[in-house]
Parts: sequence; C-alpha cells; structure tokens
Amino acid sequence: MSDTGIGASVRRREDVRFITGSGRYTDDINQPGQTYAVFLRSPHARAKISAVDSSAALAVNGVHAVLTGQDMAADGLGDLPCGWLVKQKDGSDMVSAPHPPLAHTVANYVGEPYGIVIAETLAAAREAAELVMTEFDELEPIVDLTGARGADQIHEGVSGNLAYDWELGEKAATEAALAGAAHVTRIDLTNNRLIPNAMEPRAALGVYESATGEHTLYTTSQNPHLERLILSAFVQVAPEHKLRVVAPDVGGGFGSKIFVYAEETAVIWAARKVGRPVKWTADRSESFLADAHGRDHVTHAELGLDADGRFVALKVQTTANLGAYLSTFGSSVPTYLYGTLLAGQYATPNIYVEVAGVYTNTAPVDAYRGAGRPEATYVVERIVETAARELGRDPAELRRLNMIRPDQFPYETPVALVYDTGDYEASLDRALEHVDYAGFPARRAASEAAGRKRGIGFACYIEACGLAPSQLAIQLGAGVGLYESGEIRVNPTGNVTVFTGSHSHGQGHETTFAQVVSDKFGIPFEDVEIVHGDTGRVEFGLGTYGSRSLAVGGSALVSAADKLIAKGRKIAAHMLEADVDAVEFSDGQFLVRDSNQALSFGEVAFAAYVPTNYPTDLEPGFSEKAFYDPENFTYPAGTHIAEVEVDPATGVVTLVNFVAVDDFGHVINPMIVDGQVHGGVAQGAGQALLEHGIYDDFGQLVTGSYMDYCMPRADDVPDFLVDTTVTPCTHNPLGVKGCGEAGAIGSPAAIMNAVTDAVGDNGLSMPATPEKVWRALHG
Amino acid sequence: MQISLTVNGASHALDVPANTLLVDIIREHLGLTGTHVGCDTSQCGACTVHMNGSAVKSCSILAGQADGAEITTIEGIGTPDDLHPMQAAFRECHALQCGFCTPGMIMRAIDLVEKSPDLSNQAVREGLEGNLCRCTGYHNIVKAVLLAADATRA
Repeated sequence: MSDTGIGASVRRREDVRFITGSGRYTDDINQPGQTYAVFLRSPHARAKISAVDSSAALAVNGVHAVLTGQDMAADGLGDLPCGWLVKQKDGSDMVSAPHPPLAHTVANYVGEPYGIVIAETLAAAREAAELVMTEFDELEPIVDLTGARGADQIHEGVSGNLAYDWELGEKAATEAALAGAAHVTRIDLTNNRLIPNAMEPRAALGVYESATGEHTLYTTSQNPHLERLILSAFVQVAPEHKLRVVAPDVGGGFGSKIFVYAEETAVIWAARKVGRPVKWTADRSESFLADAHGRDHVTHAELGLDADGRFVALKVQTTANLGAYLSTFGSSVPTYLYGTLLAGQYATPNIYVEVAGVYTNTAPVDAYRGAGRPEATYVVERIVETAARELGRDPAELRRLNMIRPDQFPYETPVALVYDTGDYEASLDRALEHVDYAGFPARRAASEAAGRKRGIGFACYIEACGLAPSQLAIQLGAGVGLYESGEIRVNPTGNVTVFTGSHSHGQGHETTFAQVVSDKFGIPFEDVEIVHGDTGRVEFGLGTYGSRSLAVGGSALVSAADKLIAKGRKIAAHMLEADVDAVEFSDGQFLVRDSNQALSFGEVAFAAYVPTNYPTDLEPGFSEKAFYDPENFTYPAGTHIAEVEVDPATGVVTLVNFVAVDDFGHVINPMIVDGQVHGGVAQGAGQALLEHGIYDDFGQLVTGSYMDYCMPRADDVPDFLVDTTVTPCTHNPLGVKGCGEAGAIGSPAAIMNAVTDAVGDNGLSMPATPEKVWRALHG
Repeated sequence: MQISLTVNGASHALDVPANTLLVDIIREHLGLTGTHVGCDTSQCGACTVHMNGSAVKSCSILAGQADGAEITTIEGIGTPDDLHPMQAAFRECHALQCGFCTPGMIMRAIDLVEKSPDLSNQAVREGLEGNLCRCTGYHNIVKAVLLAADATRA
C-alpha cells in the first residue's frame, strides 16, 4: 500500500481551504448587480391566502418587486414533483397532492413560502416583507399524526389524508406464523421527528443573462444535475441546456439538500423577472421551518419466536408522517427504504409490513441521514432486545442465534432484497470484545454503588446503499435511474482531471476519489484533481445520498480508468511494436510481457495527444467516461453497543461508552470512514437523547431555534470506539459498501436499548430527555 | 455611523448603519468570507472571531461595539504554507468534514488553549460547548484541540 493509495489515511486536500477560511460556499458568492430576496412565509399551519397587498412594501426605497405564488402560476411554472411513485396495496398510484413552489391559494404549513420580496439590500427586502399585508382565512390544522386519517381533508382529492397505503411481504403467512409462535413480543414505538440542521443554511443565487438566455443557479445542493433536471423538466424554469446549476462547497447536507425546494426555484425565476441576480440565504429560523424534516413514524410491531428463540415472523404496522406535501423523495423513505430493511441481520422467514403515508399540516418529511433504514433498525433492534428481556435471554446471544450465517449468502429476504455478503457474527464478536461485555456486570455494580443506574444496549443493523439497479428502481417507482457517471480526462502532460457526478459536502471525495484514481493509474496522488458539483463541467450525475458515492460513483471512475488502460495498451503496443495482448499495465507502466520494454502512463498520454507514432485505427486523445449502474444494493452491516449511566435524581442520561464495529467492505481511507461513523453516531445520539421537532396543536413549530431544538454539543457525547470488519462487496469493482449513514442507523436503537435497560421502562420514547426519564423512574 | 477597526492587522475606517453586525462588516464590507453565519441566535458559534484577544460570536457584536477593536479572523491566523498549530491539528486529526463550522471552531479553540493550556478531554468538550458541529461528532475536534494544546506547550 502506498502512502496515498487505497487503504491509506491520507489527510484531506479539501481541508487546506476550509481551515484557512478559503472555502467557497454559496453565500460567499456575489454577483455584480446582485439583489437580495426575502420570502413571505405563512404564519399559519393551514390557511387560505385571500389577498396579498404589497403596495406599502413596494414603496420601500430599493425594493424591486414583490412576486407571489399567483405570479408564478401565471407564468406557467409547474409544481415541485415527488420523484418516486409508490403503488398502493390495491395497485393504484399514491395520491400526490399538487405542490406549487410558492403557495397561491392555500398554505399548508407554518413557514410555507407564498411570495418573494426582492430589493437592493437585504435590509430593504426584510423591511418590505414586514409591510406586505396578507389576508389569511385560517382553517383547522391537522397536526396530530395518529388522528390525521380521520380528520378534515387537507388536500382536495386525498381522502383520509392518506397519500398511500402500502405493504410488502406475505401477510397471511406472517400472521399464521405469529399465531403458531411459542412467544410473541409486541412493541409500540415512535420515531421522533428530526430537523436535519446542516450547519450551512440553504442558499441560492440566481443569475440570468438576457443576451444568451442562460440561467445559472448557485445553490446548496447534494445533487446539482437532479436539481437541473427537475427545474427544467417539471418546474420548467428554463430548458436544461440553458440552465447551469453549481453546488460549490456545501456545508453539510445529511439528506436535507437532496431535494428541490421552493426557494431556489423562485430565485432563478425571479432573476429573470427582475433582470438582476437574486440572492437568498436562509436564516436558521427558515431552516427549521422549511427544510424537509426527517423520521416521524408511529409503529406497532410483533415478533414471533419459537421455543428455541428463533424468530418465526415479524409484522410491522407503521404510520408515517409525510408532512404537507410529498417532498422530492418523501414517498420512498417510509416504504422502499424502510420496509425492505426489516429483515435486519436475521433469517426471519416471514415478514409483513404495512405503511400508511399520511399528510399533515407540517413541513414536508423526507430523507435524513439513513432515510428509512434507521427507522427499520429501530423497530427490529428494539423488538429483538425486548424479546430477549421477556425471555430472559442474553440479547447478544439471541441475536447471534438468529443471524444469517456467512454460508447462507446470497440471502434472499422475505422483503425483496438479496444480501450479497456479510459476516454478522464477526462484527458482533469484535464489538463485544471492545465493549468488554464480560465486565459489564461489574461496571453496573460500580454505578449502582455510586447511586447511578447503568444500562447496555445493542443494535445489529443492516443497511442498503447505492440503490440499484436502475431498471428495478424505476419499476418500483423511481423517477430517475440510480447509476452514476464518471469521466477521466488525462491531460497531455500526464496529470489527470476527474469529473464525478457524485457531490461532496463533507465526505472528502476530493481526497478519496483521488486515492482511487491515482492508485489505479500508479501516478502521484497530487497529479489527480477531482471536479464535482457543476452541471457546466460534469456531464451528468445523480449526486450524493444514501452512502452511494464510492460504491456507485467510485465504481464509475474505475470503469472509466479501465477504458483508458485498455486504450493505453493499444497505444503502447503500437509504439513498442508489440502485440496488444502482450502489453500489461502495472504501477504506472505499460510493459511488454517478458521484456524490458515499457512506456510510462505519461508517455502514453502524450502520444495520444501528439499522435506521431500512433495506431491509424485509434482516435487521438486520452479521455474516457463511464456510467456505472450497480447490479444490486450494497449491504453494510455491523454491531453498535451503547452504555449509559442515568442519574436517578435528575433523569439525566450520560452516554458513557459507544462501540461501533462496521463492515463497509474495503475501506479506501480509514481516517475518513472513522470520521463518518463518529458523525453519524453523534446524530443518532441526538435522536435518542436530545432532538425532537415538535409542533403544537396549532401547527406552530415549538422547536424553531437552537434554543429549543437540542442539538448534540461537544459535552453531550463521549469519545467513540470505532472499528471495522471486512467482507468485500461482491458486485462492485472496489468491493466497497458505503459508510455515510451507518452511525446514525445503528446508534438510536443501541442507545435506547441501553436507556431502557438502565431505567427498566421499555415504554420510554425518543428522545429520552431528563424529564421523561425522571418520570419513568419516579412515576 | 463612522467606525474604525483593525482586522487581521489592517486598519479600516467604515461608515455603516449602527445596527450593522460585526459579522456583516467582516463578510460583506471587508469580503472576508471565512467567517460564517450558521444561526440567528448566537447559538452555533460559526461566526466566532477574536476581538481584542478573546473569542466572540461576531453575529452578536454591533458595529459600535467593534469601534476601535482589534479583530482577528480565520484568514488572519495562518496561510496554507504557514498554518497556525490549531489549523494544522484540525487537518492532522480530521477534525472537519464540511468545513462550515471549522473557522469558528478553530478560533474558539485557539482562545481556549491560550487561556487554559492544561486541558482535559472533558474541559475541551465544555470549552467548545458554544460551537455546534453537525458532521464530526466532536471526537476528532477534541483530539485536534488536545494535540494543538500539546504543540503550544512544547
């Protein structure tokens, strides 16, 4: 292994700009003649917009325009689409309520934008926005998830506020197996609403060139090409070839920047309307109100076990809050990214899940780190732990008994997935060792002696990354393919510019992808530059989410590199007067087998651009692209173990120890992978102990600032012990699986299992705040 | 109002509305975009700079308060070729991912180490309590601050 190749903890090249303040985020970009936008947002959870009087606002010095949803509709802009069509139990399509970018007749959640004020300065725009007089007719808001199906209808044509009633698995067989089970464990769970809170608020800067008709949108996106596709094909802001979307440095996403939102749509449209660049940057209050939220499920589950403790059936009924509208991928998260994961790591033969996707007068809910898989893991791992407690079994050993064994792969689950490989016991054993499971009783006794309660909890999770293959995803309702593109341009001097359709917003692709490509070509790491995040430079891409970038985007780069090596062998064979089959490529050299004849990678690249001694039947140039469409998901898996201490006097839960042992397949940069796990675990700890997006009965967001929404801070979490085991993915060329979400997938269940173990009340819900824990302990 | 202040060693005389925030002076008037705005409630610390030798949240300082002040921003502590030990430690320990909270985190950490060089892991965690990071889980940030503290003491 070289110092910079695959497997090395190369220090990140992007860091140099970030630690010196030279990063270039959307809000750092300014354009000549730029104006500033402030959005008009509904103060009501549900209200008819009767009239908008902007005369006083327009009188403010420096105000250019007040544009409303009516203006946008009059210009013929389309609705924001939901990109995944879910089929219901009866085969009918889900019911997708129209989602205009700017509301024009009814506003359906607090913070929903219905207009945009554009002015010379931000201060003028803010002042003017305060002066817009809007008449609302308030309607009864539907806020409570469990009551929404029987409540007043939010959207015309959506009876019972039901977007879909979906199922997966064999219902009759599952119910029969439950009926015949020796023991049935039942559990009721809520998966708390989360607000993603990437540290960089969303922002957009729209520029329109009237002379050419070109639109440029700088925005905080995880997938600029998808943004462009939706804005052109569906919203019809501008034709695709006249719209360039640039997502420069992006300060975190965690899913929330996948989606195409009202604000960037309005900004690029308004830039053309007013003939000036228009810039908007969310303040944090807007982020809380109008970024897509995550999770928000209510679930009842039943697990049947035979007399030996083997799982015979799992039945899950979930009501998922979709918010007021179906966000870009909102429909898929509680269905195909949730129900399909309910086998977990176990050989449960019968599984059935039904999900009611419900509209409420709250912000749209969509993918947030893990997206469906943390919810699935929470159900499986809470109920398995509960079963172990009910049966007096060791929770680790009950899991071990039921795990899919290495000799059972490929393993087809009852919920539509085929796991390619894994060794679940290996990560369980390693985690038990790291946490010193044998020493837990002594630690618990020591805590007891100190007046505190100690608990331990497990989560043996599985996830599915790199959704694929495209044809299957499209059959299941996806509106786009889920391949990835990569292009490698070898410059005449032999260094390399790589273009990827993946997008890095903290993941470090500029480093890891350069490791992959430099390793592949045997050239210096410094000679490889990674370009991403600009539809004007990168041909196409599906972006970064679902821990897909390396497994799918990295594989595309390997395919492109292989094409280049194949072409290089032809060039070298010609130049060295050898047979192509006799030319091998190794360590940056094209070598003629059994000879000392060789050409370097750079010499071949130069020859391709200056083709003097060159095959007549070969095109000049040394550049190749590839679209990689995976055969299957990848299936990272692992064991997370949490240990907590509870102070009975205050109810405060302290996470004292957290071990994560994950199997991500081959690891390109262990330092980066560990960092991804740390961050995911902290977010999961936030979900389990601190964070909760709460609306009151009127649909007002109670947790609308960092004063009210409790984000994990440095002293809320401990150091984490993270480690990996490796079973390489069987179907991509790098043998990689994906690591971005695992931390957030395993940790909530592990921590809640530990908290309920310590407190002795299995009914505690997330987040396990001091108040809830204190009440559980003191009645 | 007329104010003058020194930013990263350079003197500036500005005429700004009295309600202008220091962070806006830094970002909008002086074009130093390394200092970030992450919230509206002085809760996240992304805008942390040094004012007269102490870390402050520049979203909570009005122009008048900054009049006559010596300000140091992330751009003023080191360069790619000559990093401040805290910058170097952040890179060495992978203490950043998206980089958005990083400038504020580094400015806060420098102040923390300067004022209390003998820091425990827990003391670092408590000292960074006012700065939010959503990416790293803080694990590597704490490592970096302790590494830089060691380097400073050495």
